[in-house]
Amino acid sequence: MKYVDEFRASPAAAPLRARLGRLGEALSARPGTVNIMEICGSHTMAAARYGLRDLLPPRVRLISGPGCPVCVTPPGYVDAAIELAGRGVTIATFGDMLQVPGSSSSLAQARAAGARIEVCYSPRRALELAAAEPAREVVFLAIGFETTIAPVASLVDLAARERVANLSLLVSFKLVPPALRAVLADPDLSIDAFLCPGHVSAITGTAVYEPFARDRGKPCVIAGFEPLDILFGLCGILAQLAEGRAAVENLYRRAARDAGNPIARAVMERFLRPAAAYWRGIGVLPESGLVLRDEFAAYDAEKRFGLKVGAGREYPGCMCGDVIKGKRLPAQCPLFAKRCTPADPVGPCMVSAEGSCAASYKYERKGGR
Amino acid sequence: MCLAIPMRIDEIRADGTGVADLDGVAREVALSLIADPRVGDYVIVHAGYAIEKLDRQEADERLALFREIAAAWEARPHEVR
Repeated sequence: MKYVDEFRASPAAAPLRARLGRLGEALSARPGTVNIMEICGSHTMAAARYGLRDLLPPRVRLISGPGCPVCVTPPGYVDAAIELAGRGVTIATFGDMLQVPGSSSSLAQARAAGARIEVCYSPRRALELAAAEPAREVVFLAIGFETTIAPVASLVDLAARERVANLSLLVSFKLVPPALRAVLADPDLSIDAFLCPGHVSAITGTAVYEPFARDRGKPCVIAGFEPLDILFGLCGILAQLAEGRAAVENLYRRAARDAGNPIARAVMERFLRPAAAYWRGIGVLPESGLVLRDEFAAYDAEKRFGLKVGAGREYPGCMCGDVIKGKRLPAQCPLFAKRCTPADPVGPCMVSAEGSCAASYKYERKGGR
Repeated sequence: MCLAIPMRIDEIRADGTGVADLDGVAREVALSLIADPRVGDYVIVHAGYAIEKLDRQEADERLALFREIAAAWEARPHEVR
């Protein structure tokens, strides 16, 4: 793939690794460990897949954060989708959501029992489904972070323009900066720097990270998702820490402009407003989600079907909450690779391809692969 | 979930969507979220939407830097900073 492969296999990996090692030595006078949080699930997966944690200098830890939208979606949301499917509604969804356990069942199980659940690569597919069957209600499961929000919110515009009246959204959009604030507010976690998500940043731009660097003294480095991008980003973070600096640095300029994408942000602003949101493992965070504005209530599945999405019930003993916050490693959960596996997951971190537990199961488990 | 892939725009249609190439496979891509899409542009595609143009100059400069780092390393592995 053009502009992908070149950032994957390269003779630059060895010198970047050596540079990491030298920066690690420069940091060796610091007490305790250096904790870098990678926020994004795509970084989590790439770090596991390419074994990047093994390349880190001693005492430098890369901790996975709450950046997998599927993983932070509460079981009550899945329950609501299953409830709608039970009422004869077609559920259109990104594939990641299928296996996510609700309080007692998943969408995949509902589908096996006869519910109409359609997997969509693009939200535009939901519009086609609705247009093809005007007598049947279609609900799109509108989850995601900044990267995904504008493409999904565009559905409202398309539905209005094409006069498709049987399509609505079950909205559980979430924003990354409030999650970072929650991570820093947690006394059990001591995060020294953030490896910031490249594609979220392509939308938001660099400004949203400024308070973390300026006011909290945490280096924030935006990096791409190929191994060299991540190594380069980690070098950027360690260099800042070694120099005693904390700044926002964009090392993924080929895809993320410093100003972000104003067109996508205008779409978000037009259809959505900030609201409190429930994060699995974290709880309710104020202004951490986006919901449809009142004038678009007709497209809001909760209002349209008189539904209230609750928190739901998590599987007893599931530690996804701690894993999402970076408090525990997947292998520290007693269910990991025993009761909970990718084939039969009980928690969302094992379901999502980008969940910490799935990444760890696939690539980091002793005897795995 | 925020996976996004670079593709080249091969065709732009009147309705604002386009056809993009991914390693020889044609994909439909919505172009409504980027400014001034042109045939030949590389775009970053997520969930069927181009969410940003790929800045080829930035990409090429970074690759050149990586090549430089690699060359310096091969010449003098222990002096590279």
